[in-house]
Amino acid sequence: MNTSLLIHIFLFPGLLFAVPASWFYVWGERKAMARMQRRIGPPLLQPLYDFVKLCGKRTPARHGIEADLLRLWPALSVLSMVGAIAMLPVFAEGRGFAGDAVVLVTLLEIPSMCFILAGFTSGSIFAEVGAIREAILNVACNAVFLLSIVTIAVMAKTFRLSEIAGVSSNPGHWIGVFGILLCIPAKLRLNPFSTSSAEQEIYSGPLTEYAGAALAMWEMAHGLEWVALTGFVATMIMPAGGAGWLRALSFVAISFALVLLLSISAAATGRLTLERSIRFYWRWAAILAVLAVSATAYMRFVS
Amino acid sequence: MNLFKQFLHRCRRKSPALFHLNTGSCNGCDIEMITCLSPRYDVEQLGIHLEGSPRHADILCITGPVTRNTLEAVKTVYAQVCEPKAVVALGSCPASCNVFAGSPVIEGPLSKYIPVDVYVPGCPPHPDAIAAGIMRAAKILADREVPEKAKGEPQK
Repeated sequence: MNTSLLIHIFLFPGLLFAVPASWFYVWGERKAMARMQRRIGPPLLQPLYDFVKLCGKRTPARHGIEADLLRLWPALSVLSMVGAIAMLPVFAEGRGFAGDAVVLVTLLEIPSMCFILAGFTSGSIFAEVGAIREAILNVACNAVFLLSIVTIAVMAKTFRLSEIAGVSSNPGHWIGVFGILLCIPAKLRLNPFSTSSAEQEIYSGPLTEYAGAALAMWEMAHGLEWVALTGFVATMIMPAGGAGWLRALSFVAISFALVLLLSISAAATGRLTLERSIRFYWRWAAILAVLAVSATAYMRFVS
Repeated sequence: MNLFKQFLHRCRRKSPALFHLNTGSCNGCDIEMITCLSPRYDVEQLGIHLEGSPRHADILCITGPVTRNTLEAVKTVYAQVCEPKAVVALGSCPASCNVFAGSPVIEGPLSKYIPVDVYVPGCPPHPDAIAAGIMRAAKILADREVPEKAKGEPQK
């Protein structure tokens, strides 16, 4: 195993960066939401306090395969997110392997899969309703998400992340990035696509039965999802080239700007029903994505 | 007390998650409690946040005089909140049944069934008083030891 890989997994953009960053992004989201509502909002260390507090709580006694599975889902989500973050092409030169974009997309899917499975494993009726909603929403937004990535890949003529990140000057690339941005609120379960974890309406959605350390792991997985998804878009729109520290700095700055943008859009919108969310993705966003992918494919074969 | 424990207690005090349970209240106290979260009072500054599930909560906020229909729900929800936990009784109803005292359908006061840590009297109490009550409960919660696991503890 080479040192560069270890650095990417454990230092930057991996664990040592990603965990504090996930707390910072979650704080940024809550603070932006509060400012939009003319409130002051939580202190900077609030996500850390929440995490430690949850770790110190007693969890209800459970036995058998159900108990193991309920612990497995959040752990799997955190691991897949750390893997996804380590794969982000922050330092573009020659890293990765052919087709690593496909692996990244797969890893990005795992937390929502686990979220759905957690809902069904816990056996609570509210959790199951939330899991069904999440599954349906996933099917709706993933069509657009995948087509957007295909658009970007076709434009760059490769599925290698470091090469895709280097090409940012053509219009197809930007349409693809826009498509991905449209899908992120659904993937992060933000307003207006927050039906799956609709708090108060179906208690806490698929996580209703979770408590203590397992819930803390879910919160961490959610924070890491923020880092991975905003980081993914950030690497796509970052200017190519430049010194290592400059790239790292712009990666963090663009990611945080995206966090603020998404939080503001979440604060400014209300929760759509599942039917309307699906209609949005399959009618409007999918048309855009199909046009984009066919136009880029045409341009690619003509040139 | 070692350093980690001190930090854990600090975190508990700084991040009280509430679960709100209405046991037949007239909604006056509920409205005042929601007002706490509104821009004017904004208790999120203190780390207080409302949770959708009793499993995620630390502090159970109970309003209402405990009617016969809600008695079982009170006991169930109290058992669902994970240790360490605290209970705040909002308004005069859970403390004394208020104007409903003596009614055949009222099973209150609340302290007959579950241990109450903080009473916030008033009909309804002022949002400032509710926030102060919750912070006092958070302080009690922070120093509370997690009891040893009792046998036959209710699951789910």
